[in-house]
Amino acid sequence: MEGCCYTVEETLKIIVLVKHVPDAQFDRHLSGGDKTTDRSESILSELDEYALEAALQLIEARGGEAAGNKVIALSMGPAGAVNAVKKSLQIGATEGVHLSDDALAGSDAAATSLALAAAIRHLGADAPVDLVLTGMASTEGETSLVPAQLAERLGLPQVTFASSLELDGGKLTARRDGDSHADTVEATLPALVSVTDQINDPRYPNFKGIMAAKKKSITTLTLADIGVDPGLVGLAGSWTAVETAEARPPRTAGTIITDEGDAGIKLVEFLAAQKLL
Amino acid sequence: MAKVLVFIDTPGPALKKSSLELLTIARSLGEPAVAFNGELHDDVAAALGEYGAQALYRPSANDLDDYLVGPKASYLAAAVQSSGATIVLAENSAEGKEIAARLGIKLGAGVITDVVAVDPDGTAHKSVLAGSYMTTARATTPVAVLTVKANSITPEPATTGTAPQAATIEVPETANAASARITARNEKTASGRPELSEARIVVAGGRGVDGDFGPLEDLADALGAAIGASRAATDAGWIGHDAQIGQTGKTVSPQLYISAGISGAIQQKAGMQTAKVIVAVNKDAESPVFEIADFGIVGDLFRVLPQATEEIKKRKADR
Repeated sequence: MEGCCYTVEETLKIIVLVKHVPDAQFDRHLSGGDKTTDRSESILSELDEYALEAALQLIEARGGEAAGNKVIALSMGPAGAVNAVKKSLQIGATEGVHLSDDALAGSDAAATSLALAAAIRHLGADAPVDLVLTGMASTEGETSLVPAQLAERLGLPQVTFASSLELDGGKLTARRDGDSHADTVEATLPALVSVTDQINDPRYPNFKGIMAAKKKSITTLTLADIGVDPGLVGLAGSWTAVETAEARPPRTAGTIITDEGDAGIKLVEFLAAQKLL
Repeated sequence: MAKVLVFIDTPGPALKKSSLELLTIARSLGEPAVAFNGELHDDVAAALGEYGAQALYRPSANDLDDYLVGPKASYLAAAVQSSGATIVLAENSAEGKEIAARLGIKLGAGVITDVVAVDPDGTAHKSVLAGSYMTTARATTPVAVLTVKANSITPEPATTGTAPQAATIEVPETANAASARITARNEKTASGRPELSEARIVVAGGRGVDGDFGPLEDLADALGAAIGASRAATDAGWIGHDAQIGQTGKTVSPQLYISAGISGAIQQKAGMQTAKVIVAVNKDAESPVFEIADFGIVGDLFRVLPQATEEIKKRKADR
């Protein structure tokens, strides 16, 4: 293989968007006058761990932090959001950034993507960002709009729902599994990629990671730091407004029977009575 | 009267029910126009007329399907400008939402997803936090982009049909730059069953099926249903991940959801609790799924489901 085709890749700078979300194991609520999600019992979104793992694998294959590669965990949100950044540092992110400003409260997807785009431009001012990685969904907002809107604002190609991801020089190749087909897609860097929960098995923070994280500093950014007019974000800057929110009446149990040999027939009788056949 | 642009991506040989639903909603909001992508079959053109489309738009480029999202959003932005639409309706699929997302930024338009109904004044009703809340929301911008869930309303043709001609929308040449390109596509074998997120009936299996989806498939085929699964079943490799229903999978809202061998932990519930009728079969009487089932059977799914399938077949034959 002498003299053949191996090219040394340059160092990677990856931003992973992480979010603190209400723990999906428990019931979740909308609260307050602005009908936003109650985050008092919050954790790092499980789905973001796959994005972080994908980023760590990419830099580890290129010599890791020692070789100058960076994985920056970026979270936007009130004080509690810093926990998602701390957890990311324990897992292995090389830097943590917390975008926090009271004016951001109540931002919809458009306003959130505006602030995140400005933060990413700010973080790319010294050396350009190669890749923005996110989880496949936020597990709670569920609108799935932010990654696509962020890509649009940054003028980046987007590859969402990647179940594999490879980088080769300035090109990325990913696999996307759809209902009727599986696609291989290519894009040039810089790009935005969201990864599914099929792409890898995220690592847990170990003792060494937890100790190392204590020495890593978390940069806090405000809107002023990233040059965003507070009027463009938050409830005032949002392009959508939630007007009413009503808890759906909980489902109640119906008829429960124990099979005595004819439950299949009783099932069909139930369906017929409900006009579902 | 407000102009309402409905986006129908690759309509194929016949319009999907969800597309007909979008057209029906569009008529309730104003004057419907359709922007499509791909080939326009005669039957589809006729159906669009029956549903009252006043204008049709097609893209100047025929390779939009080779790219992810970006170029389709550019085409739609141009179509919105040509048509003067103030409301855009698209389907609530993953791609539909992403196209809506990028379109929203291009137009400075508010985007609302997971819509289940739209009032004549444009107020959108949506379900959030996996169906545990119903909210109403409005776009505060001159143009609104809404993605509407399938099975939201019953499609109805217009009282007076139309026969619109398709006008071509110039897709900007820069549209493909900075977009991911699809370089290979492997079609999966078609099951012949309806698409999970649109199906009227879903039969779903979990840990209790123990690797054998056979009885569920037989019942699904007797009912014309789609097959779904819990994460436990997809993680075990018994069925593909695209069948997964729940927090990290699909959210379904069918008329009937039959849950077999699924305990019904909250992550599963998140994907199906807006189903109209829930039937559960599980050996364990303590399974949480029985708390939300309209009809629950404590029993062995390998006995109950085949018996139900036979009974349905018998009733159909007797008709």
